[in-house]
Amino acid sequence: MSDTTIPETSRKDWMSDQEVRWCPGCGDYSILAAVQLALPDMGVRREEVVFVSGIGCAARFPYYMNTYGMHSIHGRAPAIATGLAMARPDLHVFVVSGDGDALSIGGNHLIHALRRNVNLTILLFNNQIYGLTKGQYSPTSETGKVTKSTPFGSIEKPFNPVSVALGAEASFVARTHDMDRNHMMDTIKRAHDHQGASIVEIYQNCNVFNDGAFGQITAKSARDEMLIDLRHGEPILFGADRQRGVVLDGGGVRLAEVADVGMDAVLVHDETRPDPSIAFMLSRIATGPHEPTPVGVFRAVGRDEYGSRVNQQLAAAQEQRGPGNLHDLLRSGATWEVE
Amino acid sequence: MSDTSTQPTGERTESIDRVIIRFAGDSGDGMQLTGDRFTSASAMFGNDLATLPDFPAEIRAPAGTIAGVSAFQVHISDHDITTPGDAPDVLVAMNPAALRSDLHRLKGNGSVILNIDAFTERNLDKAGYSSDPREDGSLDAYKVYEVPMTEMTKKAVEHLGVKPRDAERSKNFFALGLVSWMYTRPAEHTLEWIQQKFGKDQQVADANVAAFKAGHAFGETAELFDHAYSVKPAEKVPGTYTNITGNVALAWGLIAASQLADMPLFLGSYPITPASDILHELSKHKNFGVRTLQAEDEIAGVGSAIGAAYGGHLAITTTSGPGVALKGEAIGLAVSLELPLVVVDIQRGGPSTGLPTKTEASDLLMAMYGRHGESPMPIVAASTPAGCFDAAIEACRIALKYRTPVFLLSDGYLANGAEPWKLPDVESLPDISTTFATEANGTNDAGNPVHHPYERDPETLARSWALPGTPGLEHRIGGLEKADKTGNVSYDPGNHELMTHLRQAKLDGIAKDIPEAVLEGDADADLVVIGWGSTWGAISGGVDRVRAAGHSIARIHLTHLHPFPPNLGDLLSGFDRALVPELNLGQLSKVLRAEFLIDAKTVSKVRGLPFTAVEIEAAILDSLGVAQNGAAK
Ligand SMILES: Cc1ncc(C[n+]2csc(CCOP(=O)(O)OP(=O)(O)O)c2C)c(N)n1
Ligand code: SF4
Ligand SMILES: [Mg+2]
Repeated sequence: MSDTTIPETSRKDWMSDQEVRWCPGCGDYSILAAVQLALPDMGVRREEVVFVSGIGCAARFPYYMNTYGMHSIHGRAPAIATGLAMARPDLHVFVVSGDGDALSIGGNHLIHALRRNVNLTILLFNNQIYGLTKGQYSPTSETGKVTKSTPFGSIEKPFNPVSVALGAEASFVARTHDMDRNHMMDTIKRAHDHQGASIVEIYQNCNVFNDGAFGQITAKSARDEMLIDLRHGEPILFGADRQRGVVLDGGGVRLAEVADVGMDAVLVHDETRPDPSIAFMLSRIATGPHEPTPVGVFRAVGRDEYGSRVNQQLAAAQEQRGPGNLHDLLRSGATWEVE
Repeated sequence: MSDTSTQPTGERTESIDRVIIRFAGDSGDGMQLTGDRFTSASAMFGNDLATLPDFPAEIRAPAGTIAGVSAFQVHISDHDITTPGDAPDVLVAMNPAALRSDLHRLKGNGSVILNIDAFTERNLDKAGYSSDPREDGSLDAYKVYEVPMTEMTKKAVEHLGVKPRDAERSKNFFALGLVSWMYTRPAEHTLEWIQQKFGKDQQVADANVAAFKAGHAFGETAELFDHAYSVKPAEKVPGTYTNITGNVALAWGLIAASQLADMPLFLGSYPITPASDILHELSKHKNFGVRTLQAEDEIAGVGSAIGAAYGGHLAITTTSGPGVALKGEAIGLAVSLELPLVVVDIQRGGPSTGLPTKTEASDLLMAMYGRHGESPMPIVAASTPAGCFDAAIEACRIALKYRTPVFLLSDGYLANGAEPWKLPDVESLPDISTTFATEANGTNDAGNPVHHPYERDPETLARSWALPGTPGLEHRIGGLEKADKTGNVSYDPGNHELMTHLRQAKLDGIAKDIPEAVLEGDADADLVVIGWGSTWGAISGGVDRVRAAGHSIARIHLTHLHPFPPNLGDLLSGFDRALVPELNLGQLSKVLRAEFLIDAKTVSKVRGLPFTAVEIEAAILDSLGVAQNGAAK
C-alpha cells in the first residue's frame, strides 16, 4: 500500500527555502547538514517531524528545516515539546538548544523532560559561549574563561552536560562533535530511534566568540589520541594503534596503556547498564575538551516513554468508565429536581 | 410573629426566610467540611444559598491561635440570594480564638454557640483573652449557648471503642448535628455522605455518625434551645440542580468546551492556591480524553500548553497571580504565534505571595497589560461560582475562533464559594468547533504551493492554522516578528507596524462577536454602578437595597473586559456619574476613564474578603449624597 510506505527523500527535501544566516564558518552549518542528511534514513515523513527550539544561534535551526517547526522562547523548548509530544505521540519531535538555552535559563525544563522520559530527541549545541548575545560566558564555559562579562576570568565551575543528563535520569545520552559528519549522523539517528527522551551533546565551534574551543580534541590530527569512541560491547580503546584504554580502578575509571594493564583489564562498554554510575564516571574522564574525551553513546536503556504512559492511563479510564458523557458529568454530584 | 409549626418530636419550629451561619474553629477542627456538609444538605433541601469559605494560608497554624482560625460562612434562604451574607445570625465557635476573631462579624443579638470544653485557661490565653469572655460581659449583647461539645462527643462514641484522642476529632460532626437540628436540615443526606466518605475506616464512619446524632439529639432534648427554625425551599426555575463551586464549574466548563470544539483537552499547570482544584478536578476525568501535566513550574505549565495547542489540542493553563507573572513571556509567545490558549487566573491577594487563601481581584491590569510589547489579549471574567462554567466555554470559543490566548479571570471567592446551579441542557450549548487548513494557501518564491500560516480570515482576522502531520503544509512559526501572510522572519519596519496593527485589529474585532452590555434598571438614573467578576452578587444585593429605599439607579456588569462590549461607551455616555466597586484600588475604573473619558469613581476593598451588599449600598447612598438613614446629606 503506497500510503504506508515512507517516500524516499534526499537532503534537498529537508531544506527549507529560507536563507541560512549563521556566521560563515560556524559549526552550526555542519550540524544542519548532518541532520538533513540523516533524516532520509530515519524512516519518517516530513509532515510528522517537528523541530522545536528556544532562543540562541542554535535555536534558529527550525527555520532551515522543511518540516513543521517552532522557534519559541529562551530555554522553554523542552517544556513546549513535552506538551506537543504528549498531545501528539504520532509526531517525531526534535528539540534544538544551545548550552545557555538548555543549561542556564532552561535547565529546569531540560532535567524534567529527561526525568519524565518524554519522547524527544534533544540536540544540545554546546559551544561553551553565548553566541547570539555576542560572547558572554555560559554554564559550560571553563573556569578562568575571559569573556565580555568575565573580563577577569570566570570563577564558576562549568556543567558537564553529559553528567547533568545522566544525573537527571536520562535514558539515552550521547556526545558527538561538529567536525565528524558521519559520527554526528550515526549518533543522531540512534538518538531518534530511542523510545523516550534522548539527548545528544554536540560540541560546536563558535568561530566568532569561542573559536577552537574543541580544536584540541576534534581536529583531524588530534582525534585518534583525544577522542575515545564508545562502542557498545567493545573494550573502550583509543589512540592511533588503539594502544590506550579505560580501566575500572578502585571504584573509579582511569586511562591506561593496554601494554601495562593487559587487554582483559580494559572496560567493555555497556550502554544498557541499568545503573548509570559507570556512564557517569566515563562522562568525567576528561575535565574539559583538552583531555581524551569520550564520544558516542554513554547510555541507552529502555524505560517507559512518557507519552505512551499518558495514553495508557487515558485508555484504561475509558475502558473502565466508558467515554466521557457531559450530561452525566454535570449530574455526578448530588442533584435535586425543582418541579 | 413568624408562623410556627410542629416538628414530629412535638417541638415548636419557627419559619424564617433566611439565615446566615458561620462555623469557626481551629484549622484542625474540620470547619470547612462541616460548612460544606451543611451547605449540601441545604442545597438538597432546595434552599438558595451562597457560601464563603475563609481559611488561613497555613495548613496548621499553631493550634488555638487567631492565625489558625478557619471559618465557613453560609447563607441559606427561601428566595434568591446573591451573597454569602453580611453579618451572620449564628456563630458556631469551636474555641476561644474562633470567638475572638469572628465575634465582631455577628449581628447584634445574634446567637453564639460555644464549645465550652475548649474554653480552658490555656486556650483563652492563646487567643489573647485576658479574661473569660463568658464571664466578663463581652457576650452580653448576644444569645449565648454553651455546649460541652468535646465531652459529649467523647461520650457518644465511647461504646465504639474509639480512643478519646480520636473521639475528639468527631466533634465537628456533633456541631453539624446540632446546627442541623436547629435549622431542621434533613439528616439522611449527611449520614449517607459520612458512610461514603469514611466507609474505608468503619470505626471513623461510625464515630462521626454517632457524634452527628448526638448533636442532633442534644438540640432536641436540651432545654437550651426553645425551638428550631425552618427555612423553606426557594422558589426556583424548574430543572435539575446541583450545588457547585467555581473551580469545579470552571473545570467542567473546560471539559464541555473540549466536547463542543471536538478537540482533546490539555492542561499544563503547576499547583497554586486557589487554582489547584481545577488541576485536581481535570486530572480525574481522563475518560474524557483530558490530558493533564503537573509541570515543573508555571513556565512549563504554559509552555506545555502552547506545545499541545500547536498540536491541535484545546490547551489550558491554570494558575493564580504569582504564576501569571511567571507565564508572562510565554503568553506573549502565544500572542505572537497566534495559537489558541486559555490562561486561567484564579486571583488572590497580592503582591508577591500576598494572601494565598484570601480573595482579591487585582490582576485585571496584569491580564490586560502585563506583557512586553504591544501584546493585546481578550479577557473574560466569571461573575458567580456556577457562571464559571459558561465563562470557561466563552474563553475557549474566543481562543479557538480568533487563534489567540485568552485570559479567564476568576478569584478565590468564586473558586471556593458554592451555589445551586440549574444544570444546562447539554444540547443547548454552543458549537465552538474550528477548522484547520488542509490545503496550501500560497506559493513560495519558486512557485511551489505552500502553507502561509499568517494568511488571515478577512472577517475575523484569525490566521490559517495547519496542524503538524498535515502533508504539504510544513511551516515554521516563532516568536520573532514574522512577515505578513508567509510567516517568514521579517525585521522590516513597515511589516512590524502592519503586524502590530493587525494583532490589535483582530482583538478589537472581537467586540462585534460578544454580547452587548446590558443596562439594568433606570437609564435616566443619575448614577450607574459598573462591576466585573465576583462583585456581581454583592452589587446585586446592594443595588436592590438602594432601589428598595426608593432611589433610581442603573447598573452594568461586565463579563468581557477586553475588548469591551461594543455598546458600552454609548451606555455610559448617558450618565454623569459612574461608581465602580472593585476588589483592588481601581483597576477597571482606570481603564473606563481612559477608554470613555468618564468620571468613574472607585469603591475599593482589599481586605481579602468579598464586598457585602451593605457595603455596596452604603457606597451608592454616599455617592447619591444620601445618608444611610435616607436623609439627604
Ligand atoms: C528571556 C530572555 N533572556 C535573555 C535573552 C537573550 N539571549 C538570547 S540567546 C541568549 C544566549 C544564547 O546562548 P546559547 O543558548 O548558548 O546559544 P548560542 O547562541 O550559543 O547558540 C541570551 C542570553 C532572551 N532572548 N530571552
Ligand atoms: S556567533 Fe558563533 S554560534 Fe552564533 S552563528 Fe556566529 S559563529 Fe555560530
Ligand atoms: Mg552557546
